Amino acid sequence: MQKITKEVYLKWYEDMLFWRKFEDKLAAVYIQQKVRGFLHLYNGQEAVLAGALHAMDLTKDKMITAYRNHVQPIGMGVDPNRVMAELYGKVTGTSHGMGGSMHIFSKEFRFYGGHGIVGGQIPLGAGIAFGDKYHGVDGVTLCCFGDGAARQGSLHETFNLAMLWNLPVVFVCENNGYAMGTSVERTANHTEIWKLGLGYDMPCGPVDGMNPVKVAEAFDEAITRARTGGGPTFLELKTYRYRGHSMSDAQHYRTKSEVEEYKKIDPITQVKEIILDKKYASEEDIKVIDKRVKERVAECEKFAEESPFPEKQQLYDMVYEQEDYPFIQHKL
Amino acid sequence: MKTIQFREAICEAMSEEMRRDESVYLMGEEVAEYNGAYKASKGMLDEFGAKRVIDTPIAELGFAGIAIGSTMTGNRPIVEYMTFNFSLVGIDQIISNAAKIRQMSGGQFKCPIVFRGPTASAGQLGATHSQAFESWFANTPGLKVVVPSNPYDAKGLLKAAIRDDDPVIFMESEQMYGDKGEVPEGEYIIPLGVADIKREGTDVTIVSFGKIIKEAYKAADELEKEGISCEIIDLRTVRPMDRKAIVESVKKTNRLVVLEEAWPFGNVATEITYLIQSEAFDYLDAPVVRINTADTPAPYSPVLLEEWLPNHEDVIKAVKKVLYK
Ligand SMILES: Cc1ncc(C[n+]2csc(CCOP(=O)(O)OP(=O)(O)O)c2C)c(N)n1
Ligand SMILES: [Mg+2]
Repeated sequence: MQKITKEVYLKWYEDMLFWRKFEDKLAAVYIQQKVRGFLHLYNGQEAVLAGALHAMDLTKDKMITAYRNHVQPIGMGVDPNRVMAELYGKVTGTSHGMGGSMHIFSKEFRFYGGHGIVGGQIPLGAGIAFGDKYHGVDGVTLCCFGDGAARQGSLHETFNLAMLWNLPVVFVCENNGYAMGTSVERTANHTEIWKLGLGYDMPCGPVDGMNPVKVAEAFDEAITRARTGGGPTFLELKTYRYRGHSMSDAQHYRTKSEVEEYKKIDPITQVKEIILDKKYASEEDIKVIDKRVKERVAECEKFAEESPFPEKQQLYDMVYEQEDYPFIQHKL
Repeated sequence: MKTIQFREAICEAMSEEMRRDESVYLMGEEVAEYNGAYKASKGMLDEFGAKRVIDTPIAELGFAGIAIGSTMTGNRPIVEYMTFNFSLVGIDQIISNAAKIRQMSGGQFKCPIVFRGPTASAGQLGATHSQAFESWFANTPGLKVVVPSNPYDAKGLLKAAIRDDDPVIFMESEQMYGDKGEVPEGEYIIPLGVADIKREGTDVTIVSFGKIIKEAYKAADELEKEGISCEIIDLRTVRPMDRKAIVESVKKTNRLVVLEEAWPFGNVATEITYLIQSEAFDYLDAPVVRINTADTPAPYSPVLLEEWLPNHEDVIKAVKKVLYK
């Protein structure tokens, strides 16, 4: 793994802040009804992504996740303008407006979605790793899902198969404490989700998901194992989501003070403190970054606003590879 | 009469039946402490306790199967799917077990269970969250399929579904939970398998069900101004289908339009169309027209979604087509 230098801290700060502000902007335009449907925001979980990206080889490693998926593709290289445009349903979006908030994809940057069915992406992630192994590509797939998804049968079938076939995959449970309104304690008779790996003899363990350094170290070990033929690892990242599950969540299942406790170990604040402590940058330098982030987010909004909607014909352009597929006509 | 929301009608039906019969319980994601993802079980945990109003983890296959299994030892479960899109995770249990236990056991075990939750689209939720599987379930012998369109029907039909000794798929809509309507103060039951003529008319029959029927009402209002009289039949129960009601209406109006929010290939409208050509061929003055969603997964973009969904203008065009106007 590359050393965690001053430059890395500064990049982490700027990236994580950008992701947070990007999500905040989406919340704002959602209220204006410019973005609709469900909207699941990543606020609070940024250290997981920052640390993971640091340990990954972005020329060949891959990622797949659930519907809380706006910022991961950005981290992997996708133009944030296009992610914002997708949420606006515009033709310039990552899926030309076909996928929306829960379904961001980028083949170019090896981001395999964006999946709306809880647990549905877990076998897919192992399948992507299966394909890489089959073709002799030494990429590793990070297969991410929530604490709620860990209770789906798909996880258990996939864990077994991934171990049986020694697939180059890292299973990543982002345990943010809740699946909608259901706390982890209410979903099982145990709370240490990482221990599910033990039943399959899969290397596994818990990770402090609020600290990008700890995250990067854990991912480095897991990715190295997978890349060198050692097979799957299961990591449980202990993290937290600050916002509601989606936009219409009154959050009666938790207290304000619980959220405030986690904000004390906020990943962005932690990184900023290290930067200032170690004098990697001054308060003034930080202000420059903050301003740059704000401007970049505004640029995304402008791009999305000004982009056109798709043509109606597009409805039929993306369902089949076959170009002249005979659809049943539905308008008179 | 009193005016209540659709979600309250669902809640009243479940609560009344649970008061009446100890063997009924409600199980599903967020049904208890959260009061239901769409608040259709508000207050039920408080009244019935955690033994009978049961939160599950996200494990649609497991809890569907467990609920079905419990019918074999005397329970009458109500299983809520947060939406029927997620029922696909557990559909094997419904199709292979719930629908078949009775027949395969030679009638030894009945399977009195209700699977309920929202169906079809609910705004810009994209392809995985906008699906309507009425015809999939209705294709399966052993199941019954109910799709109410207003609070009155919802309450009476859900009570009948819970009392029914066979498995019932009961499909609602996120976009209907806030709809208000009148229901009687006292108890009432609406039998399964009986369609309802929502409007009487003479020129054309429109058959529909579920929330999309509102587009037929809008169309009928506009057509009335042009002197065209529409008869609107709400199927209410898709399986068993009230064939007699449809055939009799078509024999009267001689024209049929079917409106369904679902993909066109092999859907409920297709079944109705077959029925009419076989039972009322000589009465038809025009070929039957059906109106569906586009033959594609639901798109996210608002402009495309609008194009994808059937609407009242489509109904107006269809009515005029069968009237050669
Ligand atoms: C199969 C399925 N069941 C239910 C849902 C509805 N749903 C969407 S997100 C969610 C909670 C998932 O929680 P978790 O896995 O912890 O992920 P988080 O939202 O916390 O990131 C539920 C129940 C769904 N999308 N798919
Ligand atoms: Mg969670």
